[in-house]
Amino acid sequence: MPIHDLEKTFLDKIEREIKIEPRDWMPDAYRKNLVRQISQHAHSEIVGMLPEGNWITRAPSLKRKAILIAKAQDEAGHGLYLYSATETLGTSREETINDLHSGKAKYSSIFNYPTLCWADIGAIGWLVDGAAIINQVMLCRTSYGPYARAMVRICREESFHQRQGFEILLVLSRGSDEQKAMCQDALNRWWWPSLMMFGPRDSDSTHSDQSMKWKIKRMSNDELRQKFIDMIAEQVKVLGMTLPDPDLKWNAERKHYDFGEIDWAEFWNVVKGNGPCNKQRIEARTKAWDEGAWVREAAVAYAEKRKEKQPQTPKGALEAA
Amino acid sequence: MKKDLISYTIHLADSALILGHRNSEWCGHGPVLEQDIAITNISLDLIGQARNFYQYAAQLTGNNTTEDTLAYLRDAREFKNCLLTELPNGDWAVTVLRQFFFSAYQYLLYQQLQHSSDTQLAAIAEKSLKEVTYHLRWSSEWVIRLGDGTSESRQRILNAIEDLWMFTGELFKPADYEIEATAKGFGVNAELLKNDWLQNIKAIFEEATLPVPDENAWMQTGGKTGSHTEHLGFILADMQFLQRTYPGCEW
Ligand SMILES: [Fe+2]
Ligand SMILES: [Fe+2]
Ligand SMILES: [Fe+2]
Repeated sequence: MPIHDLEKTFLDKIEREIKIEPRDWMPDAYRKNLVRQISQHAHSEIVGMLPEGNWITRAPSLKRKAILIAKAQDEAGHGLYLYSATETLGTSREETINDLHSGKAKYSSIFNYPTLCWADIGAIGWLVDGAAIINQVMLCRTSYGPYARAMVRICREESFHQRQGFEILLVLSRGSDEQKAMCQDALNRWWWPSLMMFGPRDSDSTHSDQSMKWKIKRMSNDELRQKFIDMIAEQVKVLGMTLPDPDLKWNAERKHYDFGEIDWAEFWNVVKGNGPCNKQRIEARTKAWDEGAWVREAAVAYAEKRKEKQPQTPKGALEAA
Repeated sequence: MKKDLISYTIHLADSALILGHRNSEWCGHGPVLEQDIAITNISLDLIGQARNFYQYAAQLTGNNTTEDTLAYLRDAREFKNCLLTELPNGDWAVTVLRQFFFSAYQYLLYQQLQHSSDTQLAAIAEKSLKEVTYHLRWSSEWVIRLGDGTSESRQRILNAIEDLWMFTGELFKPADYEIEATAKGFGVNAELLKNDWLQNIKAIFEEATLPVPDENAWMQTGGKTGSHTEHLGFILADMQFLQRTYPGCEW
């Protein structure tokens, strides 16, 4: 089929809300855009394990420890589904991971902030997973089938994480003065960075337009951000804490919360690599990967020896293909 | 009777918690995503087992004792975990070998303990046995893979054997409360597990093409009665930091 016919079929599917599947023809730019976005999402899940992992050995009760470990493990699982989704687009996990380590691929900047106290674990669950959910609920309807399906599974777990994070903060908010202060301190530090998770303003966003046309994204950065703010501004009342924005107030006309100006200079600075933990996070990931090299090599070497020793069964042959 | 039952139960809990703690240090740093998930899973299972034992010990102890006061408010000298469980993670070879040695022991232990005259201990053992069966299979497979993988992996697992072997003897050398526990019918005679354990180690090492060390080599002991390595203090310093800094809070 000539290219313009293929493209017509593709656009027609998008128009009619039929998911694009791995074997379907798709424009190169669509594929590239998806690989960029999905791998960025996958990396965020994996790098996101680091700031939370920072508190696993120090979690203040056995119950909290178990919940935190299970959460970090869920995030690893999310990374796994998402790396698989990029593989359906013809990019191997190894390539994708190399791009993270070389700095070519990005991940959510929020994870370049440090977790300084236990309340940060609550704030991450509530705000960071909360912001992720807003984004991901939208992505459950994204036009690329494997990505949409991965999102459905992931969203279910993310909402658990958000509730557990809120619960951590709720207990602190009803605790000792020191615990209350810890809680407020965490909100003060995580609030603005979590708003930045939705990306630049629509007017400054480079990828948004095309992504919307292809229905990869279905709501703009600013719409999603507003949705998040409206949700959190209500929930924070239950905690009896405040969000660090004097301009945050309900606008009856707009039926939305108004909010103050985001520090975009800080946003771009962290994206560029100058956040408090950018260097540390990439070093931790690179170290894990490099130190794991001999383990992965041993696994491959052993599997190959096995294959030589045993005649291949039809099933084995299929798996190899 | 009750004192021995409490000590015995806390001993079981401590070993599970400390090894779970060590494994949890891998979370986010594993050699490959699937194995990061696997070791984290084992960590979660062990911490879950520890919680069951602590909760039971707390109930026996009374006086507002909870699983958390037991885990967070005792000092190193009161911990009764086997030394093997508190050793640093080292590389992947040390971690999987330590897991293999311990799971092979725990598997035999829980198999017996599920017939304990104490119904609580029996129930926890029965429930945990399913998890440990998986830990044993997983760690056995890794020992084989590393032993019969590349020359580097082989050298690393040989080093790990060298480092860990002297901590295996303690598993089968009963403390006083274990002797009492066996005499009274609620505990397992650890000495009697040694032969089966050794057979299992030999079988897996043979498949891994690894030499079995001398079973009569000198063995370190002391963990079960509170004489630990220098490592445990640091584990507890991390683990107990919040409970110690902000006493009496709810979390
Ligand atoms: Fe996630
Ligand atoms: Fe996510
Ligand atoms: Fe999450």
